[in-house]
Amino acid sequence: MLFQLEKKLEPSKFMLIITPIAAVFLTMFLGALIFTILGYDGLGAVKEIFLTPIINSLKWQDLAVKAAPLIIIGVGLSIGYRANVWNIGAEGQYIVGGLAATGVALLTHDMSGWWLLPLMAIAGILGGMAWVFIPALLRTKLKVNEILTTLMLTYVAVQLLNFLIFGPWKSPTAYGQPQTVLFNDSQILPYIIKGTIVQAGAPIAIIIAIIAWLFMSRSVFGFAVKTVGTAPNAARYGGFSANKTIWITLLIGGGLAGLAGMLEVAGPFNRMVPQFPTGYGFTAIIVAFLGRLHPIGVMIAGIVLAITFVGGEVAQTTIGLPNAAVGLFQALMLFLLLASDVLIRYNIKRVRVKKA
Amino acid sequence: MKLINRRNVLKIGGAAAALPLIGSHAFAQKDKVKAAFVLIGTPDDNGWNYGHDLGRIQMLEALGDDRVETTVVTNVAEGPDSERVFRELAQQGNDIIFGTSFGYGDAMLKVAKQFPDVKFEWATGYKTSENLSIYNARFHEGRSVLGTIAGMMSKTGIGAYIGSFPIPEVVMGINAFHLAARKANPDFITKVVYIDSWNDPAKESDAARALIDQGVDIITQHTDGPAALQVAQERGIIGGFGQGADMSAFAPDAHLTSIIDIWSPYYIKAVKSLLDGNWKEGGSWEGLKGGEVVIGDYNKKIPADVVAAAEAVRTGIIDGSVHPFAGPITDNKGTLRVEEGDVIDDGEFWGVDWYAQGVEA
Amino acid sequence: MNIDLTIAIIITMIGASTPLLLAALGELVVEKSGVLNLGVEGMMLTGAVVGFAVTYTTGNPWLGIVAAAIAGMAASMIFAFLTLSLSSNQVATGLALTIFGTGFSSLFGQPYTGKPIQLFKSIFPDYLTDHPILRVFFGYSPLVYFSLFMVFAVWWFLQKTRAGLILRAVGENDFSAHSIGYSVLGVRYGAVAFGGAMAGIAGSCFPLILTPQWVEGLTGGRGWIALALVVFSAWKPTRLLAGAYLFGLIATMELYAKAAGGAFRILPSEIWASLPYLATIIVLVLISIRRSANSSAPACLGKPFIPSN
Repeated sequence: MLFQLEKKLEPSKFMLIITPIAAVFLTMFLGALIFTILGYDGLGAVKEIFLTPIINSLKWQDLAVKAAPLIIIGVGLSIGYRANVWNIGAEGQYIVGGLAATGVALLTHDMSGWWLLPLMAIAGILGGMAWVFIPALLRTKLKVNEILTTLMLTYVAVQLLNFLIFGPWKSPTAYGQPQTVLFNDSQILPYIIKGTIVQAGAPIAIIIAIIAWLFMSRSVFGFAVKTVGTAPNAARYGGFSANKTIWITLLIGGGLAGLAGMLEVAGPFNRMVPQFPTGYGFTAIIVAFLGRLHPIGVMIAGIVLAITFVGGEVAQTTIGLPNAAVGLFQALMLFLLLASDVLIRYNIKRVRVKKA
Repeated sequence: MKLINRRNVLKIGGAAAALPLIGSHAFAQKDKVKAAFVLIGTPDDNGWNYGHDLGRIQMLEALGDDRVETTVVTNVAEGPDSERVFRELAQQGNDIIFGTSFGYGDAMLKVAKQFPDVKFEWATGYKTSENLSIYNARFHEGRSVLGTIAGMMSKTGIGAYIGSFPIPEVVMGINAFHLAARKANPDFITKVVYIDSWNDPAKESDAARALIDQGVDIITQHTDGPAALQVAQERGIIGGFGQGADMSAFAPDAHLTSIIDIWSPYYIKAVKSLLDGNWKEGGSWEGLKGGEVVIGDYNKKIPADVVAAAEAVRTGIIDGSVHPFAGPITDNKGTLRVEEGDVIDDGEFWGVDWYAQGVEA
Repeated sequence: MNIDLTIAIIITMIGASTPLLLAALGELVVEKSGVLNLGVEGMMLTGAVVGFAVTYTTGNPWLGIVAAAIAGMAASMIFAFLTLSLSSNQVATGLALTIFGTGFSSLFGQPYTGKPIQLFKSIFPDYLTDHPILRVFFGYSPLVYFSLFMVFAVWWFLQKTRAGLILRAVGENDFSAHSIGYSVLGVRYGAVAFGGAMAGIAGSCFPLILTPQWVEGLTGGRGWIALALVVFSAWKPTRLLAGAYLFGLIATMELYAKAAGGAFRILPSEIWASLPYLATIIVLVLISIRRSANSSAPACLGKPFIPSN
């Protein structure tokens, strides 16, 4: 072997920040190359996907709306990932949170008042938590790997959604189409900036990111999470219960995903429909990693990914770039980021091959 | 950190100020119309989306590209993503935007409110607004023709209808098919399977196989692709029908005929109304008579008397002598739903939530 | 239920189970070596689109299958390089591979959407494949027989060969294996490549056997079921075979139940559809409760290996 990895004494802070930025730029470069080879307008694609959403002020509201759920879920996941707790089922928790909020909305459909939205929010959080409860229980009591349990439950969540929408929750006024009734005015998130479509989700996302950051960096619990993740033996010695940490981080992840679900169904959707699972739960995983599992980083990463989504739609309408291209870009970003991970924790040393 | 807060808010505020002022202009004739089409899939699905794209191309040919310019956006998922696409298209200066799926409705209604000068057309929709019209086609009329063929040609007397969702359009398609088949064979049975998707070829194939194993020898489907037809060909049953387009390339023996969606008459009318300055909010629901639903070529193997019967139904619907839903009709639980001499008219169509007798759903 | 219907159900079920079996076999070997590759769905889609494209262009399904295997392997190598040589996080890299494969297959498949090809039929003579009873044995595409052969091959490799022993050792205790002198990374590279090839072939089952056309996302999430299947089988090839057919049966029954109507409809179809996933969770619980050495996960599953000096 010509190169060998040697663990650094301390993770390089410089690399920590540079690598995501480098990954994004490298993605733009490689992406342009790949698309030109495939026969599309490579440079145009990159410009539309990455630059237009930032330059075109009309797109900023779209960015805010798209980034909000990604950030909220991403922050929740990042806390768990720090503790080496791999919640992959955020999509399912998001769905169930949305369903819980919908359930409350349907029950209170004839009522009105300022208290409906907070009630729905609580329902959403509890719904998401409920959906992560079993994986948490199985992990702490029986050491069952949470990657698979959370993932499996995601599919069950989709089935639950279908069952409710095609069955008991189907609107009687929508000509048999699978969807619930439209939420009433007290149940729809208000537009917080007049003249735009930005709803409460955006500021909530920012607030959550900031709270999480303060929490993780200043509280004992935050320290516990990080220690359990990187040095579980030391954590036990220090008195931090691994099980308690697992419970709390999973519940936070599930709760935040559920909250994002409620914000989406009460915001952009205004009713529950079969298309509700938009994949935010999975994209948020990329967001968490791209943000280096740091709440503020997650916020920035959420905006970056929102840019690719919004930009992808622009590119669809202007240069006819197929939607699939966006997924390719996102995957490329994640690959490059993961590849560059190595530069943070390890030095690459040249090893001279000894001649016997 | 508070700084970032304020900066974000400022940016969004700036965007609000930059939004086009919402006002109303006088409605005038146009020299050139920019039309946009939003598709839920791609035109190569050989079905639903292909039909709409074909309509667009024919519209372009008819009106000339000096008067019309079109944009097509494909694979747009229903939901908030579609809202962004509609808004983007409106912002790009399109004059008329066609949304070709039921699920786009919420998004279109929202965006239509924000852009009162842009016209919106919602395919298979049910609500209109000042600048949003709905349009649909009487596919069920085509189903009556298919049902006639099925009833006469089926040896087992069991046909199958693979549906997407139990929505009125599909339910009435089933009823039209079945009632027509029963005119030829009073004991005809139609088995229905819903695959809960407009486009899932694997599930459609499996459903087709399961149905064929239960004795079905004629299949029709209310989905976006030819998967069921391919299974029909593979299994060598009497046949199936193309949906939305001629699908004989996929199943030369099994493909008996097809219902072809021809949207160009409506697209020409809609765009022309913009050119002439007389676009109106409304709903359009043409069928065989208006040329929106066309029956494709008949497979050579169909006997002449069957073709004659099918043609009789087709021309009968066009001149009004045949109605797809003429009484007496009993539902599959035994209740008489439509009296002798009565029909299910357009208004009642959308409220039907029952199946005719002999349908197993 | 008459014999015809039973045979028909068996045939459909086996068709539905085969891609699951192939992909899961590949992933089983990968996980036995200590690597968790969540990118199965992405590799399957990559294999599916390339397999379809090559079959459509050359008219030869055998070439298509080989191309699919190579494509799956190539995709898996991205994963292998990142996780093995650069020690990146396996969960994240696997997910990135899934997203990559989905996007790539959609893009690559654009010019091929809606084009028909011939089904990859059985190579046995017609009188065997059309016979009402014997077709249960002879009526399948070569890929089905291949999958059954691979069950045996994988079992034999893991249990009866020295190479298989080394692979299992690498999965259970990588440091010991390394100190004895085996190349942990080398073994894992090989395992991941095998997994990629199998996933690619599994993906090609869809356009070649089940629905002879290409549409975006043709595999419909079966890659995730394959992952569940590996765990469900407690990493044993023979149990994998049973599990794959069980899952295939559940999926098939859902549609037959709908088609048959009547008594079968007591359970809403959503419960049928949830069964494979719920079953996997139950099995996971059972494995953990019993905690026997034979049926637990390879000890090094998911942990990166950095040889220290």
